[in-house]
Amino acid sequence: MNSNNKSTETYYESIIKQGHSRRDFMKFAAFIAAYMGLESTMVAQVANALETTKRLPVIWEHFQECTCCSESFIRSDHPIVADIILDKISLDYTLTLMAASGHQAEAAKHKTMEENKGEYILCVEGSVPLGDDGNYCCIAGRSAKDILLEAAEGAKAIIAWGSCASSGCVQSAKPNPTNATPIHKIIKNKPIIRVPGCPPIGEVMAGIIVHVVTFGRLPELDRQGRPKAFYAKRVHDSCYRRPYFDAGLFAETFDDQNAKDGYCLYKVGCKGPLTYNSCGTIKWNNGVSYPIQSGHGCIGCSEDGFWDFGPFYERATNIPGVEGEGIADDVGKVAAGVLAGGIAVHAVAAAISKRKEVKRRITRGKENEKNIES
Amino acid sequence: MAERIVVDPITRIEGHLRIEAEIKDGKIVDAFSSSTMVRGIEEIVKGRDPRDVWAFVQRTCGVCTTVHALASVRAVEDAIGIQIPPNAEMVRNIMEGVLYMHDHVVHFYHLHALDWVDVVSALNADPAETSKIAQSISNWPKSSPGYFSDVKNRIAKFVESGQLGIFANGYWGHSQMKLPAEINLLAVAHYLEALEWQKEIVKVHTIFGGKNPHPNYLVGGMACAINTENPGGINAERLAMVGKLIKEGKEFVDQVYIPDLLAIASFYKDWGAIGKGFGNYMSYGDFPTNGYADMSNFKFLQGVILNRDLSKVHDVDHRGDQIEEFINNSWYDNYPEGQDKGRHPWEGETNIKYSGPKPPYEHLNVEEKYSFIKTPRWKGLPMEVGPLSRLLVGYGRGNKEIQEAVNAALAHLDVPVDALFSTLGRTAARGIETQLVANWTLEFYDTLLNNIKNGDERMASTENWEPETWPAECKGVGFMEAPRGALAHWIKIKDRKTDNYQLIVPSTWNASPRDPKGQRSAYESTLIDTPVADPELPLEIIRTIHSFDPCIACAVHLYDEHGNHISQVQNISSCDN
Repeated sequence: MNSNNKSTETYYESIIKQGHSRRDFMKFAAFIAAYMGLESTMVAQVANALETTKRLPVIWEHFQECTCCSESFIRSDHPIVADIILDKISLDYTLTLMAASGHQAEAAKHKTMEENKGEYILCVEGSVPLGDDGNYCCIAGRSAKDILLEAAEGAKAIIAWGSCASSGCVQSAKPNPTNATPIHKIIKNKPIIRVPGCPPIGEVMAGIIVHVVTFGRLPELDRQGRPKAFYAKRVHDSCYRRPYFDAGLFAETFDDQNAKDGYCLYKVGCKGPLTYNSCGTIKWNNGVSYPIQSGHGCIGCSEDGFWDFGPFYERATNIPGVEGEGIADDVGKVAAGVLAGGIAVHAVAAAISKRKEVKRRITRGKENEKNIES
Repeated sequence: MAERIVVDPITRIEGHLRIEAEIKDGKIVDAFSSSTMVRGIEEIVKGRDPRDVWAFVQRTCGVCTTVHALASVRAVEDAIGIQIPPNAEMVRNIMEGVLYMHDHVVHFYHLHALDWVDVVSALNADPAETSKIAQSISNWPKSSPGYFSDVKNRIAKFVESGQLGIFANGYWGHSQMKLPAEINLLAVAHYLEALEWQKEIVKVHTIFGGKNPHPNYLVGGMACAINTENPGGINAERLAMVGKLIKEGKEFVDQVYIPDLLAIASFYKDWGAIGKGFGNYMSYGDFPTNGYADMSNFKFLQGVILNRDLSKVHDVDHRGDQIEEFINNSWYDNYPEGQDKGRHPWEGETNIKYSGPKPPYEHLNVEEKYSFIKTPRWKGLPMEVGPLSRLLVGYGRGNKEIQEAVNAALAHLDVPVDALFSTLGRTAARGIETQLVANWTLEFYDTLLNNIKNGDERMASTENWEPETWPAECKGVGFMEAPRGALAHWIKIKDRKTDNYQLIVPSTWNASPRDPKGQRSAYESTLIDTPVADPELPLEIIRTIHSFDPCIACAVHLYDEHGNHISQVQNISSCDN
């Protein structure tokens, strides 16, 4: 099974080989275009990309992680993961699914790295422990840091799956015993797509892969390196319970009548106002629900350092110890100046052009708060 | 003269695991199991609000997601003295039952099957013959010759493309691959179907817990309030979806997983005599039907079986001094009382101190500490935990339902009871219990509906939600049967904060290094006497290790008789000829 001269097969060729017609192929292209939210005039471009793009080699490393990201990835509904790994990418190394173990596994990876230098995508699940010279995570007798540096060198780009790879996640929570470190703090010379979440939503993970293979380019990122398509909105802004927040109607404790009536969970600790993710829009497991819809507040799992934001069930009036850059800092600054945290965060995410609306809401929200407290 | 082999990384597991084994005359004579990754979660939760801890420890594992959250909320509830409402108990049971179904099916097809199924051989199959076999063992509708022909074509094109992805360098063509091409095709088709199926069944977690992986739990019950008359709560539509998902999940288990398991197992009966191990089995018991405190009404019963003697089942006590953890061979600071002393988990410590070789290394020094896993013991004895242990304890306790299920499988395969104590037995037990649990999950669902129908809509007990209501000091244990075996968390709470927290997970029991008496744990013990046809391609090691469904990342390396590392193994993925 020699792959040397065959690694240039395009999606179009691959689809035709699988017995599909040109018409099927165009339908698929139209579906992908629709999925990506593109105009119908873009279908031809998508089709063209699929016809001419090489199948993308992917190496997926596992470091300090719990494999929830891989599990979430295989939960993707559109496209389903079998279609991704058989038709769209060549997933040449992943400890979770690959048939080979030991040296056979490592050999497969090195073959891909050599034959596709500068072409493969490196996916990383898990943080890298820098404590004690990297002794806290070894694979095949090598430290995670060494493995990462080697795999990153020939990568076209890196996808940092989940909060572990993009911010360190649970093992980096205080006191961070192993000095668990996210990927962008180690690799500085490659494009890195950060896909935070514990785990990220399956369709978001698949969507990023689809974006890369379809358009042949990386998705647009925000200033924290997250794909705008999936992380531009706060959970709070897309939450179906938001009207209850605006109206000042809150669950006071779990399972009270207000909770049963689906009121806002802000007072029982929901971190939706601080959290940028697609939970309110794409939702989970093909749109079935998301944490708030199922009665539990958002724990903020896609935000840097969320484990140390403070107790999950306390309302987010102040946001201590924000160490990261970007939005989280802004939230902290604003929160410091405003008494009611829930109101403060209202102000943060709104664009400058919406200031008036925000002011109006703050006033109204404060009134609501007063009414509740009294 | 013994030859030393190492497998690292062991793939198709959760975590980082490494196995080193000595081979003499084609059989393993000694083995060492090592986990090479640590995160220190037990240290991280110290000082935190006990109500938050479930979320931290849930991240111990994203494959058997939920189990650590459940063990944690049980530990905290046990410490504080909270009794959860019956609805919450049923919802937790349903979620756990769904996890069993999901986890065992994914393990069978995606983590274990490629040890037995030769994907490349499927290309030689006659789809019409596969169809005939499929229809003779099951009523599953996707079984036409055309269907299997499509699957075969798809795999053929995939292989021809030269980009083998996850199938690259697999053990295709290995002398120990025994299935006819037609069965291989059947299994490959169901590998792909199961991959699609698994994303459906977990939606039960999404309904009750908001997401999967890592659904939300709550100390005191569950957060998914019931309101049959409001879109804001669990109502008739949500419950109907749960019912449909469980039923569809059960159909797949009954009509695809079990027939495949039996069909494949019938070609590997020799594995009913391989991977036996020391023969001690332990179950903590789980699936309460009358509250966590009433262990006699658990679906899975607690107990210990020693030396394969099913006529006597010993009781497990999680709170007394039966269970101890040792760190004599683990990379942690020794206890002041000496490195050969164990501690009950309530007194346990997790002070990481790596003393292994500096990476990059060729092999571990197994004469000294060699793993990040600690070594738990029951009354000083090593225990095997997992589906087989649960069934054996139930069998030994005289549970008719379990006895009938086990006897039926033995009769179907025409193998003696002894065949249970093996690699094959472990894999078969997983399937047998999946059917039982699927039935129970429907029972739990009916109970939940009846409760609600009778007017009980409580989902959480919040009387003790506020820390002010807690005693100044308390401690608790949250035990359960995770899909991979006996799991427990021990918590000590002081001044409303987590004072100490220790987990002993199933893979701690099974994968640990040896104890101060030199006794091997389950992985090391069951590898003894395993035949290895080709030390360069240690498929047999992987089979036995995978039969436990490891939840750690591991690595196995190969050494020759002088301890030299065997270099790059040959690439056997060629199927062009």
